[in-house]
Amino acid sequence: MMLLPCPYCGPRDVTEFTYGGDGDMARPSDPQAASDAQWASYVYIRDNPRGPHDELWQHSAGCRRWIRVRRDTLTHEVLLTAPAGRPVQP
Amino acid sequence: MSTQRHRLADGGLIDRSRPYSFTFNGRALQGYAGDTLASALLANGVSVVGRSFKYHRRRGVFGAGSEEPNALVQLETGARTEPNMRATQVELYDRLTAASQNCWPSVEFDVNALTDVFSRFLPAGFYYKTFMWPRSWWMRYEQYIRDAGGMGISPRTPDPDHYAHRHAHCDVLVAGGGPAGLSAALAAARAGARVILATEDFAWGGSLLAERAAIDSRPALEWVRNSVAELSAHPDVTLLLRSNVFGYFDHNLFAIAQTVHPRSAHAPRQRLWKVRARQAVLATGAIERPLVFADNDLPGVMLASAARAYLNRYAVKPGERAAVFTNNDSAYATALDLHRAGVAVSAVMDPRAQVTGELPARARAAGIEVLAAHAVVRATGGRRVTGVQVAAMENGAIRGQPRELACDLLCVSGGWSPAVHLFSQSKGRLRYDERIAAFVPDVSVQAERSAGAARGSFALADCLAEGAQAGSAAAEAAGLRRAAVSVPGTTRISEAPLLPLWDIESGATRTAKRFVDLQNDVTARDIALAAREGYYSVEHLKRYTALGMGTDQGKTSNINGLAILAVLIDAQIPEVGTTTFRPPYTPVTLGAIAGSEVGAHFDPVRETPMHGWHAQAGARFMNAGLWRRPMFYARPGESDLDATNREALAVRRGVGIVDVSTLGKIDVQGRDAALFLERVYVNRWRNLAMGKVRYGLMLREDGMIFDDGTTTRFGEQHFFMTTSTATAERAMSTLEYWLQVHWPELDVRLTSVTDQWAAVALAGPESRAVLSALTSAAVSNAALPYMGYCEASVRGIPARIFRISFSGELAYEINVPADYGLALWDALLEAGRPCGITPYGTEAMTVLRIEKGHFTGMEMDGRTTPGDVGLGGLVAADKDCIGKRSLDRPALRAPDRRQLVGLVPHDRSTIIPRGAQLVTDPQRALPNPIIGHVTSTCHSPTLGHPIALALLERGRERYGETLFAMSPLTNSVVGVEATHHVFYDPKGERLRV
Repeated sequence: MMLLPCPYCGPRDVTEFTYGGDGDMARPSDPQAASDAQWASYVYIRDNPRGPHDELWQHSAGCRRWIRVRRDTLTHEVLLTAPAGRPVQP
Repeated sequence: MSTQRHRLADGGLIDRSRPYSFTFNGRALQGYAGDTLASALLANGVSVVGRSFKYHRRRGVFGAGSEEPNALVQLETGARTEPNMRATQVELYDRLTAASQNCWPSVEFDVNALTDVFSRFLPAGFYYKTFMWPRSWWMRYEQYIRDAGGMGISPRTPDPDHYAHRHAHCDVLVAGGGPAGLSAALAAARAGARVILATEDFAWGGSLLAERAAIDSRPALEWVRNSVAELSAHPDVTLLLRSNVFGYFDHNLFAIAQTVHPRSAHAPRQRLWKVRARQAVLATGAIERPLVFADNDLPGVMLASAARAYLNRYAVKPGERAAVFTNNDSAYATALDLHRAGVAVSAVMDPRAQVTGELPARARAAGIEVLAAHAVVRATGGRRVTGVQVAAMENGAIRGQPRELACDLLCVSGGWSPAVHLFSQSKGRLRYDERIAAFVPDVSVQAERSAGAARGSFALADCLAEGAQAGSAAAEAAGLRRAAVSVPGTTRISEAPLLPLWDIESGATRTAKRFVDLQNDVTARDIALAAREGYYSVEHLKRYTALGMGTDQGKTSNINGLAILAVLIDAQIPEVGTTTFRPPYTPVTLGAIAGSEVGAHFDPVRETPMHGWHAQAGARFMNAGLWRRPMFYARPGESDLDATNREALAVRRGVGIVDVSTLGKIDVQGRDAALFLERVYVNRWRNLAMGKVRYGLMLREDGMIFDDGTTTRFGEQHFFMTTSTATAERAMSTLEYWLQVHWPELDVRLTSVTDQWAAVALAGPESRAVLSALTSAAVSNAALPYMGYCEASVRGIPARIFRISFSGELAYEINVPADYGLALWDALLEAGRPCGITPYGTEAMTVLRIEKGHFTGMEMDGRTTPGDVGLGGLVAADKDCIGKRSLDRPALRAPDRRQLVGLVPHDRSTIIPRGAQLVTDPQRALPNPIIGHVTSTCHSPTLGHPIALALLERGRERYGETLFAMSPLTNSVVGVEATHHVFYDPKGERLRV
């Protein structure tokens, strides 16, 4: 049972959050100009890394904010969290 | 008390002034406050407590704590019965009732004990080999095996007790109430930490309770009392007795099962604590290992530490004439204590060639015979031990003929294994320590540290020192000040190293049962067989032989088992490794895990403001997510279908009302609100006039329909969106996602107002007449046309009126603040009485929408595009929106996609089965190509025959074609004709009048 540090509320139990998928999927700025392959990659193709992984979570039972979480998928260590909509600083 | 013939006259930590009566297997017995069930049974001379799992051999009390593999009892009867309770952990109370498990008709005469006689036909893996053929018979075998093997019986009636959950936070959690744990808690508390100290025992002191140790030259229990008193005085220290720290989860979350004692009707039976600790100290002690020799499971064979606990803590003599078999110094303390209590000690058998430690020296000084380089090869006796066969050892092997030694108690010690369960659950890495022949914590992963016996430091002085160090370091790591560590003084007893001894076998005992795992009846020969058959991995060995399974999870058998495997496969113990330690440390009742979330509290229930009226009107409810929605309001004598048909026809011919408060409602405001809607819906929104409603369709990014609903423009920057009931929460979350993650530059605010507004759909040709009677606002077709909106006072209630229709009739959807919902409902019923206004439920609503060909969740199953449901034209060409790019993908433009159609049965009478598959030829051999499936089906009272909606390949090209709806579920085939999906009023004239 992870403890996620919400950038707005502080550390909260993971049960307050909803997982929202990969956090590093950039939506093509002009979807119509994107090739089928580019679009398919954005919509469907996901890595399943062993180690650090950028993800999106929503503090759905809290402040309702979407946040970015860099989490080690092997150890569940949370490496950093940041508000969504801003790039993650390494 | 007369029945307690093995009770010592004085001493121990029992309260002789509080005698308790209890029954075991129907026998009335006595014990004292402070007893466990096991100590009370031993005091009463009960040596056979149960029968073993597989061979139904007699078994007695073996341990004195959570490691107990044998003495599992069925506690209490009826609804409060609990199976597999360790008698060694059951705190005695007055009028306790317990019974043996796994024996029939009685523990003394057990029919299934014959399996022991035939046991050479029941080797490891026997079930897998024998009962797999013929395959179909497995179910028959299983019944017998399950009855013959196994454990206690779970209660058959609902649990009358209640349970609670507690969430807690602390700076330092200390698991273990022994010297190391108390010492750690004291150090942390003195540093100002918020401390939770938990022990599974019902008394503080851990191993000190069973020993005669001294601290600061005073009896150790005095130090325990003073420590607990000091801890109790700290306001930020929580002391938990009877509390099993059973799970260590991510990010230092601990689960603790606390048993509330004594039982009370007003208190919960158990509390499940979920503790988030900044730091943890694991002072969980160590578990003594048995030794593996022939018939080492006889009642009267007992861990040396357990015998000591019964003597010193419970003032019970576990035997009259004892023998001790040990490969280390610790069991000599037991020999000395037995001797002091007047139990004759026949001899101490020690495989070590030289026995040099301080405790053995004391034993010799006390006149106890110490047989160095000797081992017990067999325990002898029937109902309990009457003697042991002792043989000399040379270079680690049995040499020479065994001789018989009389005893009725055999205390065994094969060394000590640190209880690394919690450490391992935390993903910490173990290291094999040759010095103690056991695994110890090595590399920590989470914020914890082990102390004392849990990390292999068994001496009291080390436990106290390591505990204090760990408590202090934990407090400092948790952000508190560093406090001076003080450690009380103890005398260190010098110990000689142990001699690892795994499987003791003489030629004569080669085929005898040398038990490794007492609970699962796994013998050294079973392990050898498994190794011969290729089960080299400990995880495979465990599954094949059941070694380390069951309620004790191998607490006493783990090291012995894998050491024996290591010898067999010629590997080192660290290479063999251990099986995975998983929670719970000891069994936890499901009641504690469920807590109060049972019955009506299992899930929250959402009710609309008009719910009470629906219930009073006799509505049958359905669950729609958490909502309870009326399905129909059946009159006396009316069938479900009759009620549905009556309600639907009332809407078509007169007027009806339905509670639609459950629809999702989202208030959208901001400078960019219209732009935002253009991006989330497929159609245009900027050109929507004020006070107008528009239907909108939302996609997922993969092009599939996500949801639909109407959105109304209240103002330049203010919209009101509705969603499906089931999608409401997901829609809100998704819209927030797009705004916050992708479009943070948009000035839009979203507010869920689902609960703030009650909503009623007033539908049917007479609806305008009803509404007019309640409001002075103009609701004529000219003043409030189809897809129009107005605000008005309805019988004095401020209302939002939307001219929209799901039923296909002239209709209004009226929203009022939730608290007025019932008043509005009543007003509509009253005003509609002259026209026979009819409340209708979700079933009639479904009939009406199928007649109109409206798609809902049945059709929007995550695989349908706008084009599939005939709404391809709604997608605006000149703007982007979520999912639009995906619609260009070849698969989504394929001509053979399944499209929404209607179906009518050929015979105009057979209901088209729900979920049926559509084929062109029902006679065709399998696999019969499936070209579509039925999504929604009903009887149409308006048309007088059944209809259905379906998704059909090239459906729009197939109107008029004959197909067959096949349902293997109902074993039916119905001939159908494909039609346009709108069955009723296809031009939509009725809703525009």
